[in-house]
Amino acid sequence: MKAAVIVFPGSNCDRDMATAFEQAGLDVTMVWHKDSDLPEAVDLVGVPGGFSFGDYLRCGAIAANAPVIGAVKRHAERGGYVLGVCNGFQVLTETGLLPGALLRNAGLQYICRTVGLTVEGESIYTEAYGSGTRIDLPIAHHDGNYYADADTLDRLDGEGRVAFRYTDNPNGSARDVAGILSGNRRVLGMMPHPERASEAAHGNEDGARLFAHLTQALASA
Amino acid sequence: MQEPAITEELIAAHGIKPDEYAEILRILNREPTFTELGIFSAMWNEHCSYKSSKIHLKTLPTTGPQVICGPGENAGVVGIGDGQAVVFKMESHNHPSYIEPYQGAATGVGGILRDVFTMGARPIAAMNSLSFGEKDHPKTRRLVHGVVEGVGGYGNAFGVPTVGGEVRFHPAYNGNCLVNAFAAGLADTDKIFYSAASGVGRPVVYLGAKTGRDGVGGATMASAEFDETIEEKRPTVQVGDPFTEKRLMEATLELMQTGAVISIQDMGAAGLTCSAVEMGDKGGLGIRLDLENVPQRETGMTAYEMMLSESQERMLMVLDPAKEAEAKAVFDKWDLDFAIVGETIAEDRFLIMHNGTCMADLPLSKLSSSAPEYDRPHVPTPQAEPLEDVPQIDAIDALKALLASPNYASKAWVYDQYDSQVMADTMRTPGFGAGVIRVHGTEKKLAFTSDVTPRYVKANPHQGGRQAVAEAYRNLTAVGALPLATTDNLNFGNPEKPEIMGQFVGALKGIGEACIALDMPIVSGNVSLYNETDGQGILPTPTIGAVGLIAAGEEPILDTPREGHVALLLGATEGHLGQSALLWEVFNREDGDAPHVDLAAERAHGEFIRANRQWIRCCTDLSDGGLALAAFEMAVAGDVGVQIDTDDTAQLFGEDQARYLIACNFDAAEALMGAAGQAGVPLTTVGRFTGDTVRFGASEAPLADLRSQSAETFPTLFG
Repeated sequence: MKAAVIVFPGSNCDRDMATAFEQAGLDVTMVWHKDSDLPEAVDLVGVPGGFSFGDYLRCGAIAANAPVIGAVKRHAERGGYVLGVCNGFQVLTETGLLPGALLRNAGLQYICRTVGLTVEGESIYTEAYGSGTRIDLPIAHHDGNYYADADTLDRLDGEGRVAFRYTDNPNGSARDVAGILSGNRRVLGMMPHPERASEAAHGNEDGARLFAHLTQALASA
Repeated sequence: MQEPAITEELIAAHGIKPDEYAEILRILNREPTFTELGIFSAMWNEHCSYKSSKIHLKTLPTTGPQVICGPGENAGVVGIGDGQAVVFKMESHNHPSYIEPYQGAATGVGGILRDVFTMGARPIAAMNSLSFGEKDHPKTRRLVHGVVEGVGGYGNAFGVPTVGGEVRFHPAYNGNCLVNAFAAGLADTDKIFYSAASGVGRPVVYLGAKTGRDGVGGATMASAEFDETIEEKRPTVQVGDPFTEKRLMEATLELMQTGAVISIQDMGAAGLTCSAVEMGDKGGLGIRLDLENVPQRETGMTAYEMMLSESQERMLMVLDPAKEAEAKAVFDKWDLDFAIVGETIAEDRFLIMHNGTCMADLPLSKLSSSAPEYDRPHVPTPQAEPLEDVPQIDAIDALKALLASPNYASKAWVYDQYDSQVMADTMRTPGFGAGVIRVHGTEKKLAFTSDVTPRYVKANPHQGGRQAVAEAYRNLTAVGALPLATTDNLNFGNPEKPEIMGQFVGALKGIGEACIALDMPIVSGNVSLYNETDGQGILPTPTIGAVGLIAAGEEPILDTPREGHVALLLGATEGHLGQSALLWEVFNREDGDAPHVDLAAERAHGEFIRANRQWIRCCTDLSDGGLALAAFEMAVAGDVGVQIDTDDTAQLFGEDQARYLIACNFDAAEALMGAAGQAGVPLTTVGRFTGDTVRFGASEAPLADLRSQSAETFPTLFG
């Protein structure tokens, strides 16, 4: 199965995401932000964490206008899978592939620590855990405070599109949202970093299950 | 533009002493121009020339089979096997951080990262040793917030994990905070890049961010004491841009792969001046610069301003002219400025042209090698008065007092603001002993620590110097690492005072002895003097950053204690309370001598830990707060209670050196006792890990209460 990881000049979790994809058995190509096409027959596009273009203004806003984003959108519109982690989630909301926005953390400070999550919505990304499962993943962000208007939040809840919820909300996110799915459940944006909990050396392998199952499911899809 | 005339006031304003100016006149045989005066002041200030410290730094051990490159380059290089090297250095950004905490700390991190990737190494770990004034001093809160956010703001965006460091508070830092930034990178031993230029007529290339007026005179500012006019110095602080630095790093490493780079030097203190002189001096060449080609952020910049600007995220390189196009393509890819600003020349000249006018024409070798060197008078620190009686106190009360102090409380409020896991190789995040990362794609691990106990150094510079190295050795050992090498960041007061110089000389003697005995040579470092405000100096703070290796096939010691584990104490306890944490935090006293450091015992105990790692579940060194604080921290790490048999104040809170606390199961404890008997090292059972309380003798409190008290201290004081 083929995956592409998008690289913006300020991406800094691109290698981490690629490593986790490869360990799960995916064939990974790194794609530069100035490219306007994805490699042929890509199954999964990863939008990694980092500070895409410095993110001095609105996180992900400049990245959302990079040439490669057109190709990512076309991939998503064709029903392709897209996983955005941290800055990748911010970029996906800026592109409109996912609703809402990520605001500054309620405490106004950057937070890096492992948090508890409840797995919810049904998707290729969450099947490994099963709805209602409690997992731990690291977060590392300054702007992870999920915001959407009440109608959007109701719709996300109603359609079961909240993939992960914080058990102890660290950043002020509306309804404890840590990750959400697109309407077709193929685009996932999440603030926690599963790639930082994907092997024994990390002391936490809760993220590994996501990648392993994702790869398997893509192969049988 | 007409340059100002050289007057006595102007010379003094540049921090140039009358005898130094006489030397300039002698070298030039004429009066310097304004730009030339600026260049001399940039090269000859304390920060760049090490003029007060050089003579003593030469006494430090800097070699060993593991050392590939010792002090003198941008960072030290140490082999870790398999053709790989760890490249590291620690550097201070004290003065700027006090004036403008966020940017001062941020650019401190940026500067040290640049030092590392300039050598061809990708940064893989960072640490920060921070010293602030007392917790309720009116400036402390703002400094803590600004510095911590600045460190995080830069390192997090750049994408290097911050895996360790220190945070301390003491009134001696009220007027001068310390920000010591450490970075380590990974390189291939056959692809290390150095600063010495070679070849005549080769292009001198400027890369990175544009030059602005920020930081003009920064290095000179950092070589002076502070007084009430300090706020006026804010414009000398630079502004950081981690996004540009990240691109500069990627582009530099990519460019190095093309073979185009002949020599490279980052523009740090004294910017263009210092980097150009360094490359020319080391290569025995002259340099000509045409300043109109320097990418400029502001209009109307003068030669003086460009030569002294400390704008960040800039590099100077000498490139192979045959590969110019390839090089330019790399920088275009990363959207970075790239300009040929001069060339190497055969004559010993530092020739600065600006729009065809010669603004400076100096003998280049004289700028560096003829820099003044002082053997400043120094008097030894007097022998400390003997310790007065210390009363017995309730052990839990004493522990609570330590945990209420930001010196010994949980630092999670600080460390949570740093990304400690980016690059996905972190095996131990900050907060409990050394940080550990895996060397990407290998089974090797590297451990990092930064240590110094300034109270000890003040009371007894010689023992305090030894202790800083010994504690670093122990912290690396406690995770199962073999200490490899050291970087020193020497922060002191005004070297023109003989007693301050005496602290410096004494501490260096101790550091040197310990580095030899423990086989951890100094491979890089930095000296920060004049840390004084209105005549009040800081505590002498020679921060020791150290790196250790856990070889492939060796298990790190990274687990935590579990219910039923035995608590073993390695090392002899006499109950040394002089200059202890207990004395200062509980009794508000700073008397007695620093603990004696037995280097032979340090080495023997360290080797015992490494040789017997298979029995050890968890290990921590004993330092500030002694057995009591170590036992508490280990209990927190394992989320299990601890019972220590004694309730004696000196046994619990004494700070005797060469000691470790070990947790393991009963069978392993038996095996360790046997091994200790054979090795002739003192190992005793002092209690066990069990239940959900912390108990010293009969004194007891719930672990959860103590832990939340510890966790609340920082948010309450600074949140």
